[in-house]
Amino acid sequence: MNKVLIIAEHDGKALNPATAKCVTCANTIPDADITIAVFGADTATVAAQAAAVAGVKAVLRVDRPENEHPLAAIFAPQVAALAADYSHIFGPSTSFGKDLMPRVAALLGVAQVSDLMAVESAYRFRRPIYAGNAIITVEADASRKLVATVRVASFEAATTGGSAAIESKSLTVALPAHTRYVGAKSGSTDRPDLQTASRVVSGGRALGSAENFKMLFSLADKIGAAVGASRAAVDAGYAPNEMQVGQTGKIISPEIYIAIGISGAIQHLTGIKDARTIVAINKDGEAPIFEVADVGLVGDLFKIVPELERMVGT
Amino acid sequence: MQKLMVCIKRVVDYNVRIRVKPDGGGVMLDGVKMSVNPFDEIALEEALRIKERGSNIEVVAVSIGVADTQQQLRTALAMGADRAILVQTDAPVEPLTAAQIFLNLAKKENPDLIFLGKQAIDDDANQTGQMLAALWERPQATFASKVEINGGKAAVTREIDAGLETIEVDLPAVITVDLRLNEPRYVKLPDIMKAKKKSLDVTSLDALGISVGQFLKTVKTEPPPLRQKGIMVKDVPELVGFLKKKGLI
Repeated sequence: MNKVLIIAEHDGKALNPATAKCVTCANTIPDADITIAVFGADTATVAAQAAAVAGVKAVLRVDRPENEHPLAAIFAPQVAALAADYSHIFGPSTSFGKDLMPRVAALLGVAQVSDLMAVESAYRFRRPIYAGNAIITVEADASRKLVATVRVASFEAATTGGSAAIESKSLTVALPAHTRYVGAKSGSTDRPDLQTASRVVSGGRALGSAENFKMLFSLADKIGAAVGASRAAVDAGYAPNEMQVGQTGKIISPEIYIAIGISGAIQHLTGIKDARTIVAINKDGEAPIFEVADVGLVGDLFKIVPELERMVGT
Repeated sequence: MQKLMVCIKRVVDYNVRIRVKPDGGGVMLDGVKMSVNPFDEIALEEALRIKERGSNIEVVAVSIGVADTQQQLRTALAMGADRAILVQTDAPVEPLTAAQIFLNLAKKENPDLIFLGKQAIDDDANQTGQMLAALWERPQATFASKVEINGGKAAVTREIDAGLETIEVDLPAVITVDLRLNEPRYVKLPDIMKAKKKSLDVTSLDALGISVGQFLKTVKTEPPPLRQKGIMVKDVPELVGFLKKKGLI
């Protein structure tokens, strides 16, 4: 049996869908026995959500005041302590998992497989390198624990309907005092979450200003889409960093991705390769985005976007 | 604040389009332009700015790799690092081994801060900084977009999926940097000449007493599945018609 421990990502109120995607990934490991660990100050609500994810055998609650914010230096020694009973320790390849999991791996003295995109056997996996321009198959030593981050764009979220047993764990692990949470600034919106949205409208430098970006928000709201941006648009200050899609931003897999005024640098295409349908709107017919788009329209985005907004949803 | 260490990786240049070898045994690297990992350039730039704001701060650039990695360390010296150390090896070095090597150097150098790029653009692993912090038993502040040093502490703003988060860490600490922390300076010709006179120590894994561990074996390298080029439409009504037919809007 392969005992898989998944570290839940949550904001104290809700389980992040990335966790259910990790469950789907773990389920492709032969003979997997899946446990989700939820770290927090009070994890009752999130643990109940984790227990409802189909395919999960058990949920472990690790409640401790120090766990209120997901600080890697605080979580990692606790995850390492829990890991004793497991063969595989998974987290999502999100900013949360990327921060935490390598610290866990180092404490355990083992390697990490980053951005796991497919399971070939319990110790053989596929992952992208060079911004997704090559895919490697790696084999890990089956006699050691395996730590991995799961590339969430490669897996659908597991459904709900499960009823895993919930257990509270108290770990006697000394925690460091050298790292403290100060605060966060998030561009909270009523729009769907970019990472998990089924529709995404995304803008590039051709938008020309933060003011013009509002055009995309308006279109997105009409069709219930999340809004993304290219690195160039974020660097130019037209959109905040959390909207960046690409190699170093978010890797997403929506049903439809509408790229507006985005030329399509390799690093951007890396972030959208798994989109079901890519729509490209650009005034330059030679832009590389058209090489990967399922449907392309060459023209002036400032005319096309308002017309598109009028015509959709009618 | 006396010393800053910056870890640098030699990687295939950002602008090179990578090709997979037909036999699946890796990517073609012969004659390909090599550069400093762009994130590590940002890491070095941040260390240099801290040095320039303070007094008597030494910046040490360190790297692991083949003999030619001296080129990237010379670039770091030309940018303004005071000296450099190369741990020379021809063996492929995985993140955990890299972290063990940097730990060894950190214990000798005792830096107040270690800067690294958040990831290298070749293996995209995004592990070494976090692993180094764990082994060093010190704080980590990953994906930094702002760094403020205040006495024995650093307030670091991090780019996270939900937006921006600020944490405070006691020094010494490890900081991995994100894209928007700064814009690295261009190297000028006189700086390249000056860099030739700076110290670049070459050492080996044997000298450090470290053996290269192999934890993950790469058994195959393949090109990614290609997306087919789709159709072009001439106007918005045709686009909307296409999307409606596919049930997308």
